[in-house]
Amino acid sequence: MKFAYYPGCSLESTGQEFDYSIRAVSKALDVELVELPDWVCCGSTSAHATSHKLALALPAQNLVIAEEQRLDPVVPCSACYNRLKTAEHAIKTNDELRKQVESLLGCRFTGEVQTKSALEAFTKDVGLTAITKRVERKLTGLKVVCYYGCLTSRPPEAVAFEDPENPQSMDKLMKALGAEPLTWSYKTDCCGASLSITKADIVYSMTGRILDAAVEAGAQAIVTTCPLCQTNLETRRRGGIDIPVFYFTELMGLAFGLPDTNRWFKKHMVDPMPLVRSLTETG
Amino acid sequence: MNIITNHGPEQLDFNFIKEVKERSCQPVDLCYHCQKCSVGCQVASYTDFRPNQIIRMIQFGLKDELLKSTAIWLCVNCETCGARCPNGISVSAVTDTLREMALEEGVPAGVKNVPLFHQAFLNSVKSGGRVHEPTMLVRYKLKSGNLFEDMKMGIDLFKKGKLPLFPSRTKNKDQVKKIFDRVKGTGFSRCGQNFNSASIEERG
Repeated sequence: MKFAYYPGCSLESTGQEFDYSIRAVSKALDVELVELPDWVCCGSTSAHATSHKLALALPAQNLVIAEEQRLDPVVPCSACYNRLKTAEHAIKTNDELRKQVESLLGCRFTGEVQTKSALEAFTKDVGLTAITKRVERKLTGLKVVCYYGCLTSRPPEAVAFEDPENPQSMDKLMKALGAEPLTWSYKTDCCGASLSITKADIVYSMTGRILDAAVEAGAQAIVTTCPLCQTNLETRRRGGIDIPVFYFTELMGLAFGLPDTNRWFKKHMVDPMPLVRSLTETG
Repeated sequence: MNIITNHGPEQLDFNFIKEVKERSCQPVDLCYHCQKCSVGCQVASYTDFRPNQIIRMIQFGLKDELLKSTAIWLCVNCETCGARCPNGISVSAVTDTLREMALEEGVPAGVKNVPLFHQAFLNSVKSGGRVHEPTMLVRYKLKSGNLFEDMKMGIDLFKKGKLPLFPSRTKNKDQVKKIFDRVKGTGFSRCGQNFNSASIEERG
């Protein structure tokens, strides 16, 4: 199986361990990721908050490259996924918008590629059967809550690949790895990452709701699919809360018995090693 | 026709709803204020107006109040409002339009630092095709004046190697420059129709 890979800016900085773990688990599952040559930033919140045109043109530029490569782009970061998928939806469903974007970029779209979030690519394209077969060390006893965030769920008509109010793909994936996903009500709440730098006081209160709910549900860890959520939930938290936040690919790597996991975990702002060690001891 | 606001009577401006509808392509006149959007809104407790109030103010033509509100800049565009609206209105799409209008008309932002951050972010994209977080954050800090806020977090991230000193750049820089130049031209709505506008870039 072969995909185009769009890492996005965060995976080169605050979300490096997401990049490392995605590349490693893809290799372990015989999935070939070809980094999109000369990809450009999707514009993220800053483009769509200030310029509708820029918010379509920047992600669409990456779709042009993916079409040239004739490969579906896999996008790990939820913000990038949301922007690329929104641009793809606009181009595929509205001829006027397609023409406008084509004239901004000086290109023609064939509409042949389909943007996928990394969670979707692993759970639907690769599939849970292949993932289950690859598990060497089940994560037995690990209680987690799956946090999907807002950007892979909404707006549902453009970006959702499953139920936007109660998504299940990550929960099923965690079960396949031997972990125990717990029920909670904050799966698709927003962590406020886009205000993290500018209105930290508000963000502390938004992350606080999510972190408190995770602890109250009895989780030992939060699992996420977004580098902005991961960084925000680990850095914007008040004292006294030590629940770590993993990328789902890191837990795949751990269950696959991959050698590099400690290198990923060292990158975390909240040390997950005590929990990882307790699993190794009991497992 | 007048409406009594906190600031006294004001003339109803029906051009405003027309403009918002045309640009956002959201059927804002269908709103019957069930308030599902406001109940689900993740930031409603921090803003001056809640999502259905924003729609009501558009229906009443209260343009000035909305363009200078904190609500349009604190909206995190999580799209909970749009996903749950029984009438298919995304307030998030509406706030995108209102922010664009506020910038075009030079209305001082209700939350000053948010557009400063967006500007620093987009300048970074414009110069290298990708965001280089350390230089982007320094630019933002210099503009906002919050120089020492989050210093510890920055140092912690740097120690973890998460704020690389050298930027990753795309070879597509010419194309990125072209995109930034071309978006300065005629604006188009969320459904692709043309209208005249300026962009944030032009005002620098």
